[in-house]
Amino acid sequence: MHRLSGYRPGLVDNATGLISREIFVNEDIYAQEQERVFARSWLFVGHESQIPNPGDFFLSRMGEESVILCRDRKGKIHVFLNSCRHRGMKVCRYDDGNTTVFTCPYHGWSFGTDGALAGVPFFREAYHSELDRSKYGLIEVAQLCNYKGTIWANWDASAPSFHEYLGEFHRFLDLILDGWDGREGQAELLGGVQKWIIPCNWKWPAENFSGDTYHNISHRSVDLVGAGPSGQSRRDYGELNVARKLHVTIPDRGHQTITYALPRDYQPQAAYQNSPEVAEYFRHCEEERRRRPGANSRLIGAPGEIFPNVALLPRQPRTLAVWHPVSAHQTEVWRFFFVDRDAPRAVKNFLRDYYIRYSGPAGMTEQDDMENWNYAHAASRGVIARRHPYTYEMGMGYAVENYEFEGLRMPGRVVDLTKAQASEEPMRNLYKRWAEFMEADNWDDLMTWRHVSAQAAQ
Amino acid sequence: MTDRLLLGLEIAQFFYAEAEFLDERRYDEWLALLADDIRYWMPMRRNVKFGDTEREFTRETDDIAWFDEGKDTLTRRVRQIQTGIHWAEEPRSRIAHMVSNVQLLSVTPDEREVLAKSRFLIYRNRAETETDILVGKREDTLRRDGDGWSIARRKIVLDQNVLMTKNLTFFF
Repeated sequence: MHRLSGYRPGLVDNATGLISREIFVNEDIYAQEQERVFARSWLFVGHESQIPNPGDFFLSRMGEESVILCRDRKGKIHVFLNSCRHRGMKVCRYDDGNTTVFTCPYHGWSFGTDGALAGVPFFREAYHSELDRSKYGLIEVAQLCNYKGTIWANWDASAPSFHEYLGEFHRFLDLILDGWDGREGQAELLGGVQKWIIPCNWKWPAENFSGDTYHNISHRSVDLVGAGPSGQSRRDYGELNVARKLHVTIPDRGHQTITYALPRDYQPQAAYQNSPEVAEYFRHCEEERRRRPGANSRLIGAPGEIFPNVALLPRQPRTLAVWHPVSAHQTEVWRFFFVDRDAPRAVKNFLRDYYIRYSGPAGMTEQDDMENWNYAHAASRGVIARRHPYTYEMGMGYAVENYEFEGLRMPGRVVDLTKAQASEEPMRNLYKRWAEFMEADNWDDLMTWRHVSAQAAQ
Repeated sequence: MTDRLLLGLEIAQFFYAEAEFLDERRYDEWLALLADDIRYWMPMRRNVKFGDTEREFTRETDDIAWFDEGKDTLTRRVRQIQTGIHWAEEPRSRIAHMVSNVQLLSVTPDEREVLAKSRFLIYRNRAETETDILVGKREDTLRRDGDGWSIARRKIVLDQNVLMTKNLTFFF
């Protein structure tokens, strides 16, 4: 018997499009990916609006671990591992709040909002004033980036900057973070982060949000009864009839998305018909957006994934989700919801109601996804099931570079789905990058785009 | 005093009858108990510092919640189950609602509107061994409606922070 114990090359077979079930259900592989993927990738931590004032904090996660996002007394943003340097107790167990110090409830070590070890009980008596307190501040991430208000962090000092990590994919994240009228960075986070446990490996939601346009049957019931902003279907799809439906993948980064490219002379379609005020708001924003220079005015966002575990849904609903790994067989989902900061209150309320009935554990759409991931995972754990890889062969060889539609150029490799409807190019892109992380020993090997430019320079 | 006791018993009986409709999947009869202007709200809960009680719950009307809807959406949820292809409830779950600790918090002088608080324990078992137990409180505004009552407002307080159930495809 050749029962493998952990990752090995070939489990993700790019040549045949076959991917072993082991990468989802194998507990040794799960343990390895905590080091090789999560400890080296840029991970989403929160939004600056959650910590507007000095001393504000928001408890978040990076991979399996608890981290504190906080703003120190001087206004600087930090991300710390939520674990005391003395015996590891969590120094913060509030979901958010404001504080001057994080005091460990076990032995009483206390840390400033800048992470410095501020207080050690019996420092003079028990430690004889000999402990070097400067060595025992809270463990801080190696890199942090505030991207249009969203906070991202990385434990690996050798990783590229977040901007370089994101590459040209930024324009799809921008679809969430910029205002609907095209102004930069106008997104506001609605209060409350949905957090819930789902019984499957984190890669199930990651691959689904990478661009699974093939799972219509999953959502047939909500399409029939209608939960969308015009009372029908799931979303308002009017303009999509004239758009090009695309899969866009960034091969050397591992990011991928569905997107819709609108024709140059496109006129906005009626939407949000359940409320005249909301319909008028979006009509106005669409007009403004088209007046503003910039490539995004002709893009409509759709589900996408930033490697490894952050999902985008730029429009209807407008959310970011994080798939936090808990075990090989469990994932904790955190879903954040966005609106335009300057939108009228009626618009925010309308969108909030729609987001809640669409997304999350009570969402009429998302409920059915979780049932599928739950039992797809469960039915793949057995020894017989594991012998049979999943097929990701759909649409192999149909991606093109330099895709352009009426003057709108797309980055990366693109599959035009307008007729095909679906491909598995995004999933192949996700798992190819995942395998590269599992195999590469350092970030130099992962920054293949730099090798290309270095070769070009020679 | 006797009148108030009788009213309390009547309200408890109403909750038991409601639970019966839900657990026996008589969803249309359940929908008929909901006022046309019902607000069905289930906030999320944070771990906050002692005394910071205001921020323990996500705010009504402003923040995200687990549920926040009216009769139209609740009716659509029922219709979704009734399509027979709502995979999260197909095959359907086995559900039992236990309602207890019924207290009348306030009663209008004409006894036509009652604010009642109760505890719930919802047991859900589906597929083969999948089991969820959800426990919490409800605050209901009930309106006299002919011989019976209708639910004008329901606030659901679940005693969990991270939701430990993969989905909420049932009613509280």
